[in-house]
Amino acid sequence: MTSDDDYAPPQQRLAMPELMIGLGLLACAAVTLWQTLAIPVSPMYSKVGPTVFPYMTTAGLAVLALLLIVAAARGGWQPEEEKETPTDWKAMGFVVAGLVANAALIQPLGFTAASVVMFVLVCFGFGSRHPLRDALIALVLALAAYFGFARALGVNIGAGYIENTLNVVVDAVLGLRN
Amino acid sequence: MDTLASLANGFAVAFTPTNLLWCLVGTTLGTAIGVLPGLGPALTIALLLPITYQVAPEASFILFAGIYYGAMYGGSTTSILLNTPGESATIVTALEGNRMARSGRGGAALATAAIGSFVAGTIGTLGVTFLAPVVVSFALAFGPAEYFSLMVLSFVMVSAVLGSSSVRGLSSLFLGFFLGMIGVDIQTGQPRFTFGLTELLDGVSVVIVAVGLFAVGETLYVASRRYAGRDEIVPLKGSLYMTAQEWARSWKAWLRGALIGFPIGALPAGGAEIPTFLSYAAEKKLSKHKEEFGTTGAIEGVAGPEAANNASAAGVLVPMLTLGLPTSATAAIMLSAFQSYGIQPGPLLLTTQANLVWGLIASLFIANVLLVVLNLPLIGLWVRLLKIPAPQLYAGILVFATVGSYGISQSPIDLVLLYILGGIGFLMRRFDFPTAPVIIGMILGPLAEAQFRRAMTIANGDWTVFFTHPLSLTLLLLALAALVAPRIWKVIEQRRLRGQEPIPGDA
Repeated sequence: MTSDDDYAPPQQRLAMPELMIGLGLLACAAVTLWQTLAIPVSPMYSKVGPTVFPYMTTAGLAVLALLLIVAAARGGWQPEEEKETPTDWKAMGFVVAGLVANAALIQPLGFTAASVVMFVLVCFGFGSRHPLRDALIALVLALAAYFGFARALGVNIGAGYIENTLNVVVDAVLGLRN
Repeated sequence: MDTLASLANGFAVAFTPTNLLWCLVGTTLGTAIGVLPGLGPALTIALLLPITYQVAPEASFILFAGIYYGAMYGGSTTSILLNTPGESATIVTALEGNRMARSGRGGAALATAAIGSFVAGTIGTLGVTFLAPVVVSFALAFGPAEYFSLMVLSFVMVSAVLGSSSVRGLSSLFLGFFLGMIGVDIQTGQPRFTFGLTELLDGVSVVIVAVGLFAVGETLYVASRRYAGRDEIVPLKGSLYMTAQEWARSWKAWLRGALIGFPIGALPAGGAEIPTFLSYAAEKKLSKHKEEFGTTGAIEGVAGPEAANNASAAGVLVPMLTLGLPTSATAAIMLSAFQSYGIQPGPLLLTTQANLVWGLIASLFIANVLLVVLNLPLIGLWVRLLKIPAPQLYAGILVFATVGSYGISQSPIDLVLLYILGGIGFLMRRFDFPTAPVIIGMILGPLAEAQFRRAMTIANGDWTVFFTHPLSLTLLLLALAALVAPRIWKVIEQRRLRGQEPIPGDA
C-alpha cells in the first residue's frame, strides 16, 4: 500500500540529487568504518566487544547506501511535487546566515543579543520586511525564554551584558541578592 | 482487583494540587504546540527535558503525558481549519475535515474530532490500564535474547514497514544507531565515534538530535519551499454543537476507530498512521453517505480517524511502560526522560515505580477530560494561534531551539552539531526519509546492543542463542517476514498484472 521502493518511472534516467544522497550515506558508512577501526579492543572483551555493533552499523549503512544508489540510477524516488517546487535559495540563505550568526555571537554577546540577530535574519528570509518590529518581538521573546528557562528551570543559557544587567535588576526587585 | 486498587492509588497521586496543575500546564501547552504547524510533541518534550533535573518524576511525566495527548487534540484543529496536517497521523483528518470546514461545517468537524478523541483516548487509556499488567506477566519471562529479538522486530516494523520506503526508513534507523553509539561504551569504557573530540565523550544528547531534525530541519525546509502554495485558514463557521444526526453518525465511528487504533498502537510496531488510514477506509465503506466523501466532507471520515489516532497514541504507552520499547519519536524521548531519572523502563517498572506509572495513567484520564474542555469551549483561542505569521513563528522556534541545545553545556559546539543535524533533517525531509526512526534508533539502539552483549555473554559467545530460544526465533522470523513479505507479495501482484502464468509454489 505505501511502499514505493520499486517505483519505476517511464524513463530510467540517473537522478543526480538522489545519487548524491546515496553517495553521502556511503561516505557516512566509510566514516563509521574509519571510527570503528579506531576503537581499541582489549582481548578480554574480544567475544562481544565494543566493535561488534559498530561493524554491524557500518555494514548496514553501506548496504543501504548501495540500495539508494541503485534506486537513484533507476530514476530516483522524489515525488513530482517536490521536483517541481523550485528551492528558494535566498530564503534558505538568510535562515542559514541567522543560524551562523547565532552560533558565532552567543558567546561574545550572550543569548539575547544573538537571538535578536538570528530572529531578524530568519524573519527577513521568510519575507518579513519590518526588521525593527521583528527585533522588538525577538527581544521580548528572548528575554521571556531566558528568564523562563534560566531562572525557572535552572538551565544556564549564555548570559551576556543584557542578561547580567537585568539579572541584577530582577534580583534587586525580588530582594534575592546573594 | 489488583489493577483497580493500583489505579485508585494512581488517582491519589494525580489528584494532588501540584500534579493537577502540571497536567493542566501540559494539556494547554500540548494543545498549543499541536495547533502550531512546525512544532510537535517530540520536539516540545525534548526542549523540556531539563525539567527532569528540577521536579519529581511523577510531575514531569504527568506534564509530558499532557503534552503528548494535547498535541493529538490540537493537531486536528490545524488539519481541519488549515488543511496542513501538523503530523502524519492527522493527514486523514485533513481529508474530510478541511472539506467540512469549507462547506461551513467546521464547528461540527472540530466537535466530532474533540469528542471522538475523548472517547477513544479514554478507551485507549482503559486499555493501557488493563493490558499493561498482562503484558508485564509475559515480559517477566523474557531473557536478553528475547529482548534483543523483540527490539529487532520493533526496528523493522517502525522503520521498514510503516513508512513509504523500507530502504529509506532503515537508513534513518541506522543513522540513529550511529548517533546513539557516539560516546563512551558503558561496558568497556572505550570511546566510540568521538572523532577525538572530548565534547563527544558524553555522547550526543537526544535533545540536540530531536531539535536539529524537527526544529532546524523543518525551518530550513519551509524556507526552501516558500514558492509552494500557501494554505488559507478557513474561518470557523457553524455551531460547535453537533446535530442529532451528526451524533448518530459519529459515535459508531468513534468506537470503531478506537478498536482499530488501540491494538495497532499497542503492538511493538506503533505508528498512528496505519490505523488512521484503516479507519478512514472502513468508514468510507460502511457510510450511508458515500457521496459526501471527498466532496462536502463526511463527518465519519473525521470521527473515525481522529478516534483511531488517539487510541493508538494511548496504545503506544503499553510497550513503552511494560517493555521499555518506544515505538514513536515522542515515546523515545520520554524513555530518555526515564533514563535521566536513572529509571530503566521494563517489566519491573509497574511494581518498582508503582506511584509513577499509575499516577501517569490516572493523569491520562484527567488529561482527556481537561482536553475536551480546553478544546471545545476555548476553540476560538486556538484558532487565533493559527494566525501567528510564519516568519515570526519559525524565527521563534529557532530561538527556543537555541535555548534547549545551548542550555545543555553552554558550548557553541552543541550549536554547530545542532545545525549540522538541521541540515541532515532538511535533506531527509526533502528526500522523503522518515525522521522518527533516527530518534528511535538512537535511544533504542544502545539498549538493543546491551541486550545483545548480555545474551552473548550468558551464552558464552554462542551466536546461535538467538535462534535456539523458541520465542526469540519466532520474533526474528516475524521480523524477517515483515521485511520480506511485502516485496514477495508485490512481485506476485506484478506478475499477475502482466498476465504471465503464475509460477507454482512461488510464495
